Amino acid sequence: MNIEQELRLSLTRRHFFGLGSIGIGTAALASIIAPDAFGVTNPAVSGALPGLPHFAPKAKRVIFLHQSGGPSQMDLFDYKPGLKKLQGEELPASVRMGQRITGMTSSQSSLPLASSVFDFKQYGQSGTWLSELLPHHGKIVDDIAIIKTINTDAINHDPAITFIQSGSQQPGRPSMGSWVSYGLGSQNQELPSFVVLISQQSGLNTDQPLFSRLWGNGFLPSKYQGVNFRSSGDPVLFLSDPDGIDRTTRRRMLDAMAELNKMRLQQFGDPEIETRISQYEMAYKMQTSVPDLMDLSKEPESTFKLYGPDSRKPGTYAANCLLARKLAERNVRFIQLYKRGWDQHNDLPRDLALQCQSVDQPSAALIQDLKQRGLLDETLVVWGGEFGRTVYCQGKLTQTSYGRDHHPRCFTMWMAGGGIKGGITMGETDDFCYNIVRDPMHVHDLQATILHCLGVDHKRLTYRFQGRDFRLTDVSGDVTKQLLA
Amino acid sequence: MKFLRVLHCASIAVAAIGSARIAAAEVDFVKEIQPIFEKSCYSCHGEKMQMGGLRLDSKSVAAKEINAGKAAESALFLRITATSDQTRMPMGAKPLDGSEITLIRQWIDQGASWPDGPIAKSAEAKKHWAYVAPTRPELPSVSNTKWSTNPIDRFILARLEQEKLRPAPEADKATLLRRLSLDLIGLPPTPEETEAFLKDKSRGAYEKQVDRLLQSPHYGERWGRVWLDAARYADSDGYEKDKSRQVWFYRDWVIQAMNRDMPYDRFVIEQVAGDLLPNATQDQKVATGFLRNSMINEEGGVDPEQFRMEAMFDRMDVIGKSVLGVTIQCAQCHNHKFDPLKQEEYYRMFAFLNDSHEGNVAVYSPAEQMKRAEIFRRTKEIEASMQHRMPDWQQRMALWEGEASAGQPEWMVLRPTVDDISTGGERYSAQPDGSLLGLGYAPTKHNLKLTVDTGVQNITAFRLELLNDPDLPLGGPGRSIKGTGALTEFEVEAAPVGSKEKPVKIKFAKATADINLPEKPLDAIFYDKTDKKRVTGPIEFAIDGKEETAWGFDAGPGLRNQPRKAVFTAAAPVSNVGGTTLTFHVSQKHGGWNSDDNQNCNLGRFRLSITTQPDAVADPLPAKVREILSIASDKRSQAQEQAVFAYWRTTVPEWAEANEQIVALWREHPEGSSQLILAERETPRETHILGRGDFLRPGKSVTPGVPAFLHPLPKDEPVNRLTFARWLVDRNSPTTARSLVNRTWQNYFGMGLVSTTEDLGKQSETPSHPELLDWLAVEFMDRNWSMKAIHRLIVTSAVYKESSRITPEMYARDPYNRLLARGSRFRVDAEIVRDIALSASGLLNPEVGGPSIFAPAPEFLFQPPASYGPKIWTEAKGAKRYRRALYTFRYRSIPYPMLQVFDSPNGDVSCVRRSRSNTPLQALTTLNEPLFLESARALALRTIREGGKTDAQRVTYAVQRCLSRKPTERESTELLSLLNKQTLKFANGTGNPWELAANDATRPPAVPAGTTPAQLAAWTAVSRVLLNLDETITKE
Repeated sequence: MNIEQELRLSLTRRHFFGLGSIGIGTAALASIIAPDAFGVTNPAVSGALPGLPHFAPKAKRVIFLHQSGGPSQMDLFDYKPGLKKLQGEELPASVRMGQRITGMTSSQSSLPLASSVFDFKQYGQSGTWLSELLPHHGKIVDDIAIIKTINTDAINHDPAITFIQSGSQQPGRPSMGSWVSYGLGSQNQELPSFVVLISQQSGLNTDQPLFSRLWGNGFLPSKYQGVNFRSSGDPVLFLSDPDGIDRTTRRRMLDAMAELNKMRLQQFGDPEIETRISQYEMAYKMQTSVPDLMDLSKEPESTFKLYGPDSRKPGTYAANCLLARKLAERNVRFIQLYKRGWDQHNDLPRDLALQCQSVDQPSAALIQDLKQRGLLDETLVVWGGEFGRTVYCQGKLTQTSYGRDHHPRCFTMWMAGGGIKGGITMGETDDFCYNIVRDPMHVHDLQATILHCLGVDHKRLTYRFQGRDFRLTDVSGDVTKQLLA
Repeated sequence: MKFLRVLHCASIAVAAIGSARIAAAEVDFVKEIQPIFEKSCYSCHGEKMQMGGLRLDSKSVAAKEINAGKAAESALFLRITATSDQTRMPMGAKPLDGSEITLIRQWIDQGASWPDGPIAKSAEAKKHWAYVAPTRPELPSVSNTKWSTNPIDRFILARLEQEKLRPAPEADKATLLRRLSLDLIGLPPTPEETEAFLKDKSRGAYEKQVDRLLQSPHYGERWGRVWLDAARYADSDGYEKDKSRQVWFYRDWVIQAMNRDMPYDRFVIEQVAGDLLPNATQDQKVATGFLRNSMINEEGGVDPEQFRMEAMFDRMDVIGKSVLGVTIQCAQCHNHKFDPLKQEEYYRMFAFLNDSHEGNVAVYSPAEQMKRAEIFRRTKEIEASMQHRMPDWQQRMALWEGEASAGQPEWMVLRPTVDDISTGGERYSAQPDGSLLGLGYAPTKHNLKLTVDTGVQNITAFRLELLNDPDLPLGGPGRSIKGTGALTEFEVEAAPVGSKEKPVKIKFAKATADINLPEKPLDAIFYDKTDKKRVTGPIEFAIDGKEETAWGFDAGPGLRNQPRKAVFTAAAPVSNVGGTTLTFHVSQKHGGWNSDDNQNCNLGRFRLSITTQPDAVADPLPAKVREILSIASDKRSQAQEQAVFAYWRTTVPEWAEANEQIVALWREHPEGSSQLILAERETPRETHILGRGDFLRPGKSVTPGVPAFLHPLPKDEPVNRLTFARWLVDRNSPTTARSLVNRTWQNYFGMGLVSTTEDLGKQSETPSHPELLDWLAVEFMDRNWSMKAIHRLIVTSAVYKESSRITPEMYARDPYNRLLARGSRFRVDAEIVRDIALSASGLLNPEVGGPSIFAPAPEFLFQPPASYGPKIWTEAKGAKRYRRALYTFRYRSIPYPMLQVFDSPNGDVSCVRRSRSNTPLQALTTLNEPLFLESARALALRTIREGGKTDAQRVTYAVQRCLSRKPTERESTELLSLLNKQTLKFANGTGNPWELAANDATRPPAVPAGTTPAQLAAWTAVSRVLLNLDETITKE
């Protein structure tokens, strides 16, 4: 038999093992191609829990642009012109009310107020105030909902990022993407349903680490863990065939394996064998689908112009925003992107400006790009960090320089797309950007709202573990109705 | 949110185990309705009171108020939705909220299903089964009297007969041996072992194999790993820094305890309170590493107490899950919703554990211990010969003592304030004795500033004492991983109290110390990337104004972890009429470049004092000896006398040579390793109930105690951690033995008799065979808690030997095999997946124990952004590469990819039930991961070398190595066809066959004469297929 015949034969076999043909199956396989009960045009969904979604979803997928380190809300979104007059004065005790601050500033003899050195102006029909560091955001203010009153329970990085990703400060719970994959299953037969992209080259070397438990499955089965797509080398660990194995050899080996596994299946009748066969096929498909996804060479010039020059450089935040759009096009359920470098404890004016240069344009471009492709309505985009920063200065306050410590009591995030009202600003903080005056939104509320957009009641997506029904939002969380379109 | 709305929990719990089942969206009475009744109704319509004769905790009485299927016609529903305050229930209270009313409506509309069994707190209620201590049940009678080989079978068979099912026939011998071997030692049998077993037709052939495997040193590895999951074992701290730690002594302790079949009660006692046993041995202290496997957060800016509390919660969790089999952590924040555990009771148990230091001690292997014993013995011998040679040594020593005791300066301890900006993020915690203890983040370079006001006039010298502390690495006095440190510079400034002027730096006339070592370059771990010459040396290095030099006090292994002191004498006395403000700069800059790793060289615990005595110098006597001298000589113990002598002899000129011999002897002292342990505090901490589990909200203080729903504490025993440990494994404990046998069962059959092995409480699944569970638990205790006895019972039962073939009818009837009408067939645990490949290929290195191994892994995994700096991962070379997977170094934040992808837990929290997934990433791993490839190559080479002459023989050989059986005709044909096609392809292709066939294509291995590289490459392809078969990584 020549190679051509061989390939043709293997194609038929692949067809046989294609997901459509598998009848019985376990959950791991469970390619129940069920039309969505709510008539949303949907490709095949596999592995969703029975009864989910709970109601008609507005969003089919999520892109979470996590800004790790804690972006400074009063230098970017939450305009506090009144602070100029108070520059250098002590944070009034009536404002702080003895609340906990971190060990880095807890015994600073003074907590002087530092107003932002950056100018603000209004953008869009909504007249949204934005810092001069975010000119590109000016183009999307009418598409996004800015929330100034996000608040969290944690004050240090590790607990705070763990909290926003998993609903608990302590490690061990599934991440948001895992919950979503577990509940809603996959919409894609060639890519994982939960993909993670980590941005490099942040310019700051003191960035907090990002470790796999942030996209971990916790106590859920490990198939729900996020898969980190890397920008260099193998995009997925062990994806490439080793040297000396070409596609033909790989195919032949897979076929031999499948034949032998089938013989065992006939003898033992264990559906798990059938699952294993299909997982090897999926792995084979990923070997072409993942590199194809990561390849940006076919993008037109206009794309790179939109996302900015960084987008040509693999692994940058800009390139990852572009990849996020490609993943959205391929119907990946949860796209978790990370950008580090927001932890401005000192010399904030210099470092924040640098940071924004690499974040502002690509973030805005992603919204514009999704919109022009008609994907924004069905994609929920979330932008923000694990906490905000203090109005008082950490370290030495000068005319041109200051640092800011962690602030959990209020910070700004934005949401856009599937299910979210655009062009609004929600919530109000006090004159010191320290406490919330109106419409607080706790991290659990944010998580409840994200799930809501996906058609999931956060109180009903649970998993029994250690005698308790766990959920992403632990024992609290309310959907923030004000934000919903 | 007042209660957790529970959705389809039954189906979700099942889905977790492997398969989805369509569930009806039905309201569950027990989980959804009864809690509403309990909260809002029972106070008037329950056990204590029955207003209007109604009680909602009685199905029969409540039925009168319910028209099943028709909520709108049910009195119950009409009363809770009534608009008038006069009629609406609950009377005189807030109406039920909307979601509760909806639930009750749905429940009634769906038929008001009210199961007869589980009704808590009701007239019909009885104590939850798991909270009643097990008693030995009668063996059930069965009609098939031939099948059973031991009591286990009687219980299984009785249920099968009840269900009108028959047990499957026995599996064939080869399958049986592979199953047994994978279960007992986690390795497949070698072809020779299989052959020997097949040939052995004797009556006890199988039992002989059981004996052999239970005695294998690999038994402890297999079952030790199961316990290590529960013990959340890992080789790093967790959280964002995730620094490596040395705890493998604990891992080896578990393996050895298993191998020696340490009774389970003893096994638990040593792990929870081994340090409190009389004359605790090193092993017993190491065992307490169990509780120390908690994570540690040393992120800059943390409050160390917050994370000590998190570690305490973790210890409670691990005891609940791994020993008691009861979920207790809910009660950290509030009374348990389902089980009768009150928040106060949780904190009373917590109080037992809240008594220890976070100890970190030096530990020695048996060989090192022998070496140490020899050093001690030789030292004694030399000392004896010194004394022998100087008959009047006692008088001379007394004379010396008189001189040494005179004229010690009086030192006044200072209690300075810490300038926090200068700490670089480290926490300096003030201790009762005036010393400061460094905790939390440990910056590698900082210049600590301390200030204090003093009214003392005429200050002549400053003393810096470095002290030991059980919370420091190896007891300190420094914070480096060896418990040492370095003092870069020491400066003092003085100013009149209240003065605005710049303080004046005090000039030192001299500095003295009780240890002055020669100049020595810093150890490699303190490399700071500056390439400057950085050294430690005598005390003068601390006042030479040079950043590169520091006072070092690392006296080497066995001697380094002792208190030290230095005295800095002022050139002129310091006086200010209105008092003096002293500012100390304690510069500690001899750490490495990365503060986020184990590279600090800081002081650990130290104390400052001043004197007014002229010419004060550092006391050359060790603090311990100085203390003994204050005891009258006739009141001293022999050890104290010996300690004085050991110092005094070093001052005797005649003994210079002998002293030098001893010094040389101690240079051979082994480095040892370190191990995290518990060390009892002299004064226990006070324990408070924490509001919502928040360490900042301490409430009422509590005393140690145990929950009322469990068995009582033993009477007349001291109320301490040791008694608590004994209580955990008390014969009267209702859950301890059940929990362990249930988990053991889970590892053999894929599911526990109670599938929720971590929780036997009220929310647990009903046992599939309750009497069997109780029988096993009692048998376990009656056999002196012998784990091997339970293993032997299980593997010699008929149910264990059943064939695992599944018919479609059987599958439909019992998809999860709860009834055990067939054997269980499932993929082996992550570690065993790798061990099988290593074993089949012949690469396996069977060495047991020792430090964890850096098995091959992509280098980028250990680089930022996965951590602050690169993590250490020096890939193992040679035979070490092929150690069993359980020895792979476990970073919590960077789980080893191969193990993670096959569901091995990463040790963040205790895990007593792994999930078992089947994913494309697993396929990519076993196909392409380096060690699997190396295994395929090694198997190919071995097959060619040893597998026979013909390809058919060789196929048989390779299959046997992977599957422990011969291939079928069809299997052979398929494999031979692949072999032939690939041989042709590699021979005629353009590529280099060595790329596939050799680990390094430029250095191909030697092949037997007549074998071509193309053939070896083709065999590598065949081997790769075999290693990737479902059957290879499955226990059939």
